[in-house]
Amino acid sequence: MVELSNLINAGLFAAAIRMATPIAYAALGGMFSERVGVMNIGLEGMMLTSAFSGVAASYFTGSAWLGVLAAVLVGGLLGLLHAVLTVKYAGDQVVSGAGLNILAAGFTAYMSQVIWGTRGSSEAVNSIPDLTIPFLRQVPVLGRVLGTHSPLVYLMPVITAASYFLLFKTPLGLRIRAVGEHPTAAETAGIDVYRIKFMCVILSGMLAGLGGAFLSLSHLNVFNKGMTGGRGFIALAAMIFGKWMPFSVFGASLLFGFADALQMRLQSLGLLPPQIILAIPYVLTVAILAGVVGKARPPSDYKPYERE
Amino acid sequence: MGEQLNRAFRRVFGEGGGFQRLVIQVAAILIAFIFGAAVLAVTGYSPLEAYVSMASGAFGSRYGVGQTLTQATPIVFTSIAFLVGLKAGLFNIGIEGQFLMGAMGATLAGIYLSGIPWVVHVPLTILFGMMAGALWALIPAVLKSRFDAHEVITTMMLSYVATHFTSYLVNYPFKAPGWVSQSVRINGSAELPRILPPTQLSAGIFIAVIVTAASTYFLQRTVIGYELRATGLNPSAAENAGISIDRSILVSMALSGAVAGLGGACEIMGIHRRFIQGFSPGYGWDGLAVALVGGLNPVGSFFASVLFGALRSGGMIMTRATGVPLDIVNILQALVIVFVAAPKLIRKLLGRER
Repeated sequence: MVELSNLINAGLFAAAIRMATPIAYAALGGMFSERVGVMNIGLEGMMLTSAFSGVAASYFTGSAWLGVLAAVLVGGLLGLLHAVLTVKYAGDQVVSGAGLNILAAGFTAYMSQVIWGTRGSSEAVNSIPDLTIPFLRQVPVLGRVLGTHSPLVYLMPVITAASYFLLFKTPLGLRIRAVGEHPTAAETAGIDVYRIKFMCVILSGMLAGLGGAFLSLSHLNVFNKGMTGGRGFIALAAMIFGKWMPFSVFGASLLFGFADALQMRLQSLGLLPPQIILAIPYVLTVAILAGVVGKARPPSDYKPYERE
Repeated sequence: MGEQLNRAFRRVFGEGGGFQRLVIQVAAILIAFIFGAAVLAVTGYSPLEAYVSMASGAFGSRYGVGQTLTQATPIVFTSIAFLVGLKAGLFNIGIEGQFLMGAMGATLAGIYLSGIPWVVHVPLTILFGMMAGALWALIPAVLKSRFDAHEVITTMMLSYVATHFTSYLVNYPFKAPGWVSQSVRINGSAELPRILPPTQLSAGIFIAVIVTAASTYFLQRTVIGYELRATGLNPSAAENAGISIDRSILVSMALSGAVAGLGGACEIMGIHRRFIQGFSPGYGWDGLAVALVGGLNPVGSFFASVLFGALRSGGMIMTRATGVPLDIVNILQALVIVFVAAPKLIRKLLGRER
């Protein structure tokens, strides 16, 4: 008989926060893209390519932080590609995103074979060490949940707050929302709609890239084939559940992170067959999308904007 | 002359199959191969050598052609499954899951139904596969029509669930004795015959041809097919004309899942004869790409499947001969999708537009 305290304890909540981080980065990325009317189902591929690029950069330079930088840049580059295809050339957003996902799977497996000679995994590289916050660590219970984490975990709420500030407290944010809600009116008001859209989709890729970097350079210190495991899609669900609002998206990501952490914990306890446990986060995602969300209205209609 | 050619192509390939469209699709494929060559060259391989070895491996011998058609067969099903959904405006990107569930349904029917003759057992096994695929696809369909849950996410998530669930089944309740994660063999009376030994090509290819013809007829010549297309083109206009959107969603997803499940069933009955964990290298994803390259019509998809089948079978030969990682095949496929996604970009690259 397994004690409940072996299942639910401070360690579980710490893991939940850890596992929420990559989802939250990607979900915020998805939010910026959808705020300007570009659906980004390529988040999964952007995360995966960035996770790979981060490890490759850390492998060649020896610096994990340069790895993070590379991951963010590559994520942004894929965002740019998605923007060129869907904004500039009015291509289908789902098709382009799906293409990016397949491209990412193929490219990362191919390149890891070229670089490390093994199909789909890298050598261990330098990763980002965890940070301990001295005062916080001393607090009972809470200290064990929040006290020691990767710097990328601590950066997460900061970026969430910054996203909120950018969207709702700055002129640029007003422009972003205008472009999403009514591009023609925005253009009439002198806003360069294409530029704003490009900017947001690139930002989307960069944020997904941070999520990927967290997975391969902080949570682990290697790249594995398909290591994102659908987190890009779960991030889309978190974005919808959070109704495209930064803090709500962050909160929703915590919920999905908890499911992921619980799944890992249950696996280590060996109560159920691993295949059944592995399916839990995906089932939960479907259930949440269907049940709790109700009528979630996207902030834009996903139509490509074409100038007169 | 261009207009006449266009009309002729439309007659053969259905709507969306105009000659100009064909030019754009072919150009997209060629551009993808040029980019692929760049990837090969940058990573130190000879693109020419790789492509030549791939082409001769896929078409250069009787064996090669047989293996190409073998690889093409499942993709015919998955691509038609994808386009049947897309005609009604639904992005069913979880074909892989429906394919696996269909394969599992057929496997169980093939194992546990016994003592019946071939003429009964084969259709029954196929039916079980189709039903399993259809039921799995109906989950996101119901969630979409009842709760407005976005099918891109739900079908994808359920695809992961299907992967883990089928792998659970062949690791626990239906595991064959031994170390490999697989089921026991299906009964001989449920097998589809191999038609070109020593290749693995099975009678499944005939079923693929039938499905291609039947789905063309269904989409172009039946009332339900018309309703699906109307829903996909303009949902609100369709609704005003008295077409039930919810019904279109359920029907198209059920059909989509049934075709995917049929593909899984044929793969088990004709090729593997048992469910082996991880037997699909991603046929569901290939289907998405192929349907787009085939111009979203069944006949086009059939030919595009042969091309993608050739990439897979030729790719394996190429990997053995030149050491190029097999994943270049996935890169090529993804590049094709990316370029097919934006016809305007291709037109620009061809110099047809400013």
